Amino acid sequence: MVTRVLLVLAILFGQAAHAELVIEVTQGRQSALPIAVVPFEWNGALGLPEDIGSIVNNDLGSSGYFRTLDRSLMLATPHTPEEVKYVDWQRLKQDYLVVGQITSDEGGYAVEFQVLDVHQQRTLIHHRVKGAATQLRDLAHYISDHIFGQLTGIPGVFSTKMVYVTTNRERSRFNLNFADADGAREQLIFRSDQPILSPAWSPDGKKVAYVSFENGQSEIYFQELATGQREKVVAWDGSNSGPSFSPDGTKLAFVHSRLGNPDIYVMDLNTRKAERLTSHYGIDTEPQWMVDGRHILFTSSRAGGPQIYKLDTVDSSVERVTFEGRYNARARMTADGRKMVYVHGNGDQFHIASQDMESGRVRILTRDTNLDESPSVAPNGSMVIYAATEKDRSILAAVSVDGEVKFRLPSRFGDVREPAWSPILN
Amino acid sequence: MQKTALYKALGIAFGALLVTACANNGDLEEGAGAATTATEQQANEAANNATTAVDSASLQGQSLVSDAEKAAQQALLDVTVFYFDFDQSSIKESGKAALSAHAAYLASNSGARIVLEGHADERGTPEYNLALGERRAIAVRQFLMAKGASASQIKVVSFGEEKPAVTGSSSSAYAKNRRVEVKYQSR
Repeated sequence: MVTRVLLVLAILFGQAAHAELVIEVTQGRQSALPIAVVPFEWNGALGLPEDIGSIVNNDLGSSGYFRTLDRSLMLATPHTPEEVKYVDWQRLKQDYLVVGQITSDEGGYAVEFQVLDVHQQRTLIHHRVKGAATQLRDLAHYISDHIFGQLTGIPGVFSTKMVYVTTNRERSRFNLNFADADGAREQLIFRSDQPILSPAWSPDGKKVAYVSFENGQSEIYFQELATGQREKVVAWDGSNSGPSFSPDGTKLAFVHSRLGNPDIYVMDLNTRKAERLTSHYGIDTEPQWMVDGRHILFTSSRAGGPQIYKLDTVDSSVERVTFEGRYNARARMTADGRKMVYVHGNGDQFHIASQDMESGRVRILTRDTNLDESPSVAPNGSMVIYAATEKDRSILAAVSVDGEVKFRLPSRFGDVREPAWSPILN
Repeated sequence: MQKTALYKALGIAFGALLVTACANNGDLEEGAGAATTATEQQANEAANNATTAVDSASLQGQSLVSDAEKAAQQALLDVTVFYFDFDQSSIKESGKAALSAHAAYLASNSGARIVLEGHADERGTPEYNLALGERRAIAVRQFLMAKGASASQIKVVSFGEEKPAVTGSSSSAYAKNRRVEVKYQSR
């Protein structure tokens, strides 16, 4: 039995608000594993503010790797293996069963849970986790991550966060929000009456960089998530945008333009000295560090329309990497460096495509959303979150890198744009 | 004055001669004769008042033209939004007259300051559209400077696709959003 205490990023600034985004799974995996998450036992005098079993159920279901069982169909609600009648769950065609108990623990909560194999009738996972009284959701996501990792072999990302921008219809208010990866616990971390765009996480997950127009031109800011402290980092005369941290967090790639000629720059974050790495008269923009920490993917109009290129930061050599279609832009890479995803445009159609870095094979991942943009890859490389347009509104949607799993995160009001998925936070 | 008197005298004499001729050659000739006479008289009157008439007409005429020009110029200055084709940053012919008026205004009002706001439609990526909006604003800046505005009067900012003029995903909405707006900070 393992006991672990959760360390969770404390957000001191920004006001809490009800979750604006609610996940709707639109397409699951054919091979999704049937799993039943039984409501967890709690014997406290008062009800709990969060339903841990339900959160775990939603996490696993939204991943597309699992097909969860509706509670109303359950024939019994066991909390320990001893209480399980396997035949019930076999009849319901389940492969896995999750049972658990929540208890008070030093002012917080402890959750002991087990994952049972319905066919072999044995315990696969037996685990205990505890956290503070305010961390029920974190406990739930921790459990989801643990189960997901053990059963799929892929690290779970349910405890990760995202930042995104929301705006009103009039575009007179722009909010930079911070929320759980499932859209819950949204917090406003910066607000402006001018546009905010291109949020990017530092690799340690402690701060975000973004572009703000608050001073009448585009400038790059850093903001510490724990303290809310902001720092103006690039505010040269002209336009400054597209921040991207190097994998080791020591450098920042960005775009600077004066008089209509955007180029890629890299700033050493210790010395704050920047170097210009491209000097083409075309548009060079959207830099993204590759996992090797040496190359940068970027978008350039040097061949006419936008295409993705690879820049060597050591010798400044440039190599084109996209060739299919007239509009390929805004590349992001999976953590293993094997695939990139980007916006692929064809006439009025803009979709998210993935491309194998080695073979160059391209696959269009999204067909049922429109005007897709701003893809951001989950830190485990499984899903891509992106912004799309639906009935004149901007929503967030997600698709697995293999195109099999899809879900939407519509907002209750306004437009949601520019999602950025956090690294795995420890 | 002597010359004028002479023309007058000749006019009367010629008129009298024509009247005589008309009497001989019927209505048709009379009509023509009368017309000639009238023209002749007007010419004479104009000739008589030559200096004064031309002077007052030119004074009045100039002020009329100036008002019309001002109105036309103001109408052109009232045009502050300029549209672009998809993925293009070249100024359309239809916008050049108004842009020239802005350039002329800037050239003759050295204290005037403008911001050129570049915008793109929502298609494509936000950062690429930011660059596209900037290119459009820069194209307008170059046009204004070629026509006499100075660099110090013009600030450029691109909002990319972040501030559409019109919401909606139709080609007409897109066309209205691909634009540069001229905004006067001081006149």
